[in-house]
Amino acid sequence: MNLTLKIWRQAGPDDKGRMVTYQVKNVNPDMSFLEMLDVLNEDLIAKGEDPVAFDHDCREGICGMCSLYINGEAHGPGRGITTCQLHMRSFKDGDTIIIEPWRAKAFPVIKDLVTDRSAFDRIIQAGGYISVNTSGNTIDANAIPIPKENADKAFDAATCIGCGACVATCKNSSAMLFVSAKVSQLALLPQGRVEAKERVLKMVHQMDLEGFGNCTNTGACEVECPKGISLENIARMNREYLAAVIS
Amino acid sequence: MEVKSALLGSSIVKKYWMALTGLFLCTFLVVHLGGNLILLKGEDARLSFNAYAKFMTTFPLIKAVSYLLYFSILFHAFDGIVLTLQNRAARPVKYYFNKPEANSTWASRNMAFLGTVILIFIVGHMSNFWYKMHFGDIPMDANGNKDLYEVVVTFFKDPSLGIVYVAFYVLCMVALGFHLVHGFASSFQTLGLYHKKYNALIKNLGLVFSVLVPLLFAIIPIFIYIQ
Amino acid sequence: MRLDSKIPAGPLEEKWTRYKGTVNLVSPANKRKLDVIVVGTGLAGASAAASLAELGYNVKAFCFQDSPRRAHSIAAQGGINAAKNYQNDGDSVYRLFYDTIKGGDYRSREANVYRLAEVSANIIDQCVAQGVPFARDYGGLLDNRSFGGTQVSRTFYAKGQTGQQLLLGAYSALSRQIAKGTVQMFARHEMLDVVVVDGKARGIIARNLVTGEIERHGAHAVLLATGGYGNVFFLSTNAMGSNGSAAWKAHKRGALFANPCFTQIHPTCIPQSGEYQSKLTLMSESLRNDGRIWVPKDRKDAELLREGKLKPIDIPEEKRDYYLERRYPAFGNLVPRDVASRAAKERCDEGYGVNPTGKAVFLDFESAIMRYGQVEANLQGIKNPSKEKIRELGEKIIEAKYGNLFQMYEKITDINPYKSPMMIYPAVHYTMGGIWVDYELMTTIPGLYALGEANFSDHGANRLGASALMQGLADGYFVIPYTIGNYLAGEIKTGKIDTNTPEFESAEKEVRDRIAHFLGNNGKTSVDTFHRELGKIMWDKCGMSRNAQGLQEAIREIQALREEFWKDVKVPGRSDMYNPELDKAGRVADFLELGELMCLDALDRNESCGGHFREEYQTEDGEALRNDAEYAYVAAWEYTGKPSEAILHKEQLVFENVELKARSYK
Repeated sequence: MNLTLKIWRQAGPDDKGRMVTYQVKNVNPDMSFLEMLDVLNEDLIAKGEDPVAFDHDCREGICGMCSLYINGEAHGPGRGITTCQLHMRSFKDGDTIIIEPWRAKAFPVIKDLVTDRSAFDRIIQAGGYISVNTSGNTIDANAIPIPKENADKAFDAATCIGCGACVATCKNSSAMLFVSAKVSQLALLPQGRVEAKERVLKMVHQMDLEGFGNCTNTGACEVECPKGISLENIARMNREYLAAVIS
Repeated sequence: MEVKSALLGSSIVKKYWMALTGLFLCTFLVVHLGGNLILLKGEDARLSFNAYAKFMTTFPLIKAVSYLLYFSILFHAFDGIVLTLQNRAARPVKYYFNKPEANSTWASRNMAFLGTVILIFIVGHMSNFWYKMHFGDIPMDANGNKDLYEVVVTFFKDPSLGIVYVAFYVLCMVALGFHLVHGFASSFQTLGLYHKKYNALIKNLGLVFSVLVPLLFAIIPIFIYIQ
Repeated sequence: MRLDSKIPAGPLEEKWTRYKGTVNLVSPANKRKLDVIVVGTGLAGASAAASLAELGYNVKAFCFQDSPRRAHSIAAQGGINAAKNYQNDGDSVYRLFYDTIKGGDYRSREANVYRLAEVSANIIDQCVAQGVPFARDYGGLLDNRSFGGTQVSRTFYAKGQTGQQLLLGAYSALSRQIAKGTVQMFARHEMLDVVVVDGKARGIIARNLVTGEIERHGAHAVLLATGGYGNVFFLSTNAMGSNGSAAWKAHKRGALFANPCFTQIHPTCIPQSGEYQSKLTLMSESLRNDGRIWVPKDRKDAELLREGKLKPIDIPEEKRDYYLERRYPAFGNLVPRDVASRAAKERCDEGYGVNPTGKAVFLDFESAIMRYGQVEANLQGIKNPSKEKIRELGEKIIEAKYGNLFQMYEKITDINPYKSPMMIYPAVHYTMGGIWVDYELMTTIPGLYALGEANFSDHGANRLGASALMQGLADGYFVIPYTIGNYLAGEIKTGKIDTNTPEFESAEKEVRDRIAHFLGNNGKTSVDTFHRELGKIMWDKCGMSRNAQGLQEAIREIQALREEFWKDVKVPGRSDMYNPELDKAGRVADFLELGELMCLDALDRNESCGGHFREEYQTEDGEALRNDAEYAYVAAWEYTGKPSEAILHKEQLVFENVELKARSYK
């Protein structure tokens, strides 16, 4: 396959940035999207040009490092996958592919397609944990039975990989899906109930400080989330928060 | 500090207010529609409609609720504007190419626009009818009530502009429908009411509500115009 | 240099308890005066950083990813072992210890492994307390499954994402400490050297990967939790950024490197599809429970398959060779990882490979689908079901068991594994070798520790499934918090570590010179090209099976490649900016030395054990031939200026509690 790529290039955080057009030739349909970019970069290096910077690590859809807004969608076309799991057979010979970084005030661009998502870390630091030290003297793991339904729901919420597709895709750059996934996971477990009230207040407070937008329930995040995190989590967080502010 | 700032300014609380005022305005729509439907009786409606209008503007409890209503409309609009401005600021650099239709409905993405249309409508609507009813010089009907019926009919039957008024009214009702189709179900989600068993019910109820209510509203001026 | 493993005296079961009871402690007031650097934030690093900060030490944690949550521990699928005996199926600390020693082909240290088994139960308690959502049964209690190489069900899991959930647990504990200010987090930072002052580790040189700034960080102890070096093979199941540089830098500063040749090759990975490929994806070992592995009996058929002129379903039963069932009737498709991997390679090398590259075998679910379908039809009371009906019912059962894996396979290969057998091939997965550590996890440099996959200690020559997560967390949560005090107790009078010393200066200069060399080099060849080339040498000659001649060739080839690399590598961009090519260049430069040491080690070990298979040392029917009399030792290598001139130190392994036996799966 031969493709035309339009890629956002930005030398650094203070650079204005622009779209640049590249041609890639002889792309194998079995390549992953990132391998196609590897090919482009090899090409650019050979020509003495600056390769395109993009975040990636595990390349199997679990670390959450890869991002990319491809043809107007977070992680490109296809559902339930990250960019590293997107394969070139999803495109046709001669296609033009537009590649941009996540766009949000809270995710400033570092270079080209690489953004700074440390806002997510700070939200977790605000309360996305259970305050228990590693003593080796906690109660036995089976001391508190947890209904399977709750355990499964907590797990589903916990599968969030923190990639930021929800923010990127939301027209308001809202981080509600991310925050609510962690709030839900811990709110559904008895261990997490102890600090539930304080947790939701602190995490939402930090979320607001980071400059994310407000949730307007468009549901785009759920559709584009590579792990299919449910909107139910946002509803649960709304509930938890309401209970916390009025009690 | 969290609790206080949360009650006043947090993103989620702003949404609660949006949902609560929105749902309250939905109940108002039903009441308002109930009164308006009297107009479909044609000339026979004159006395009962005017009596209804009088009741609505003078009965103390209704009056009290009406202040809450004015406040709700203003606050819903104000809150909406604040949210929209914040949301715009959250993405200073827009996407070069975006494909939002792949993951969300048009209505859900255009609530601010739809709301603005509705707000403009409300301003016009109130100056045309509400203002006249309260402060205007209106003839009395046989029962000695202000003849609002006459005002309404004259307005929509205006030989040159009547058709424009009717068209604008209908268009605004379409906007209202789209606003409601997202807003109704959305308010439940915001208030945390999410349940696999009931989600479909809420969604369908919202759909019926947002088609039926604006439709019935829109029929009235058309009916008056062609009558 | 004499290697002292510092194993406490006394019976095996009491060693750790006695150690903890008598080890030196640091008082809370003094802990505040002590700084600890933790490099890497995977299971071992994040758990160590969080635990040490909870104790009161000042911790600085470093990771090259954009967030500590992304370390490659996150990719572990299957589960974590723990001797909880919740299933009452006869499990115990001793049994977990024994399975691990045996699984490791008797090349690990008894005392370390026993301690690992001992603390395993605490890990589960700790993780549940942190909110890790392990799988539960309908009674609300924790569920277990069984894994290769064991006869009990002791594996705790969170669907196919156990590593992710455990890492997020450790990450949340770490985040809590970061919020308190007890841990200073340096994400997007890469350690480029260890600084040794007067024989003790006193800090690191790190590069801020965003700004390119070179930083000095001083501390009273440095912990390396930097993972394995599987990426020396270029293609592996490791993440793209996983590298051996921190370990290698420590090695060059005086830490011995142990058993570098012990590499685990995982049998069930999605095969390479072309030269452009950047990484291999693992398919969970659990698939071998129901999948049957085969290649055609006839080479002609294999050829036609490769050319796409024949479909696997066109090959009749009698023309298929279920080679694992043929060679190992007792264990069949469930032989351990190393055995299954070698058998696949043997068939492909003989010309029976089934994909265009000739490097794949089939993993076929047809008989499982039909078997389950028949049972389901019986259960549903369907009389005389048609073949289609049985297949439909069977596919549903398989989907319930392996749905997500089948989906992942289809996403990557575009082949529907319900209709056509999967194609798999072995891939590099884990490195048992690593920095030599004593019982306290301290390397041969005082004050420098290695945790998790970065050290060599617990898995011998082969790691059992679901034990990597166990070891990472054991080291970080429950071992290092005790053992580090024994060293730091002697450091309370040291005072703040000054980074304005000649040692820091020269280490920083070396780092700067190297970067300057890369950027100023007027080369033509990209870093990846060299890395690919190295990977090919390693895979062909130091991979699943090795022989003396190949290893000697490999050493020469790597030396030549390394020389070429320094002359001709092309690194674009500048040093004062985000420059991933520069980061890669540094890592590959180190791999080019480490690879040579791996070959040297493999050449030294004249036996076959675990993941190390020397073709010269096999039984008549092609099984591994271990040599306990001469090679029951840990090969710990000392750097002397060149990888080829490394000096071998032997730590003799003493087995007092288990009897050494040959593994047989026939």
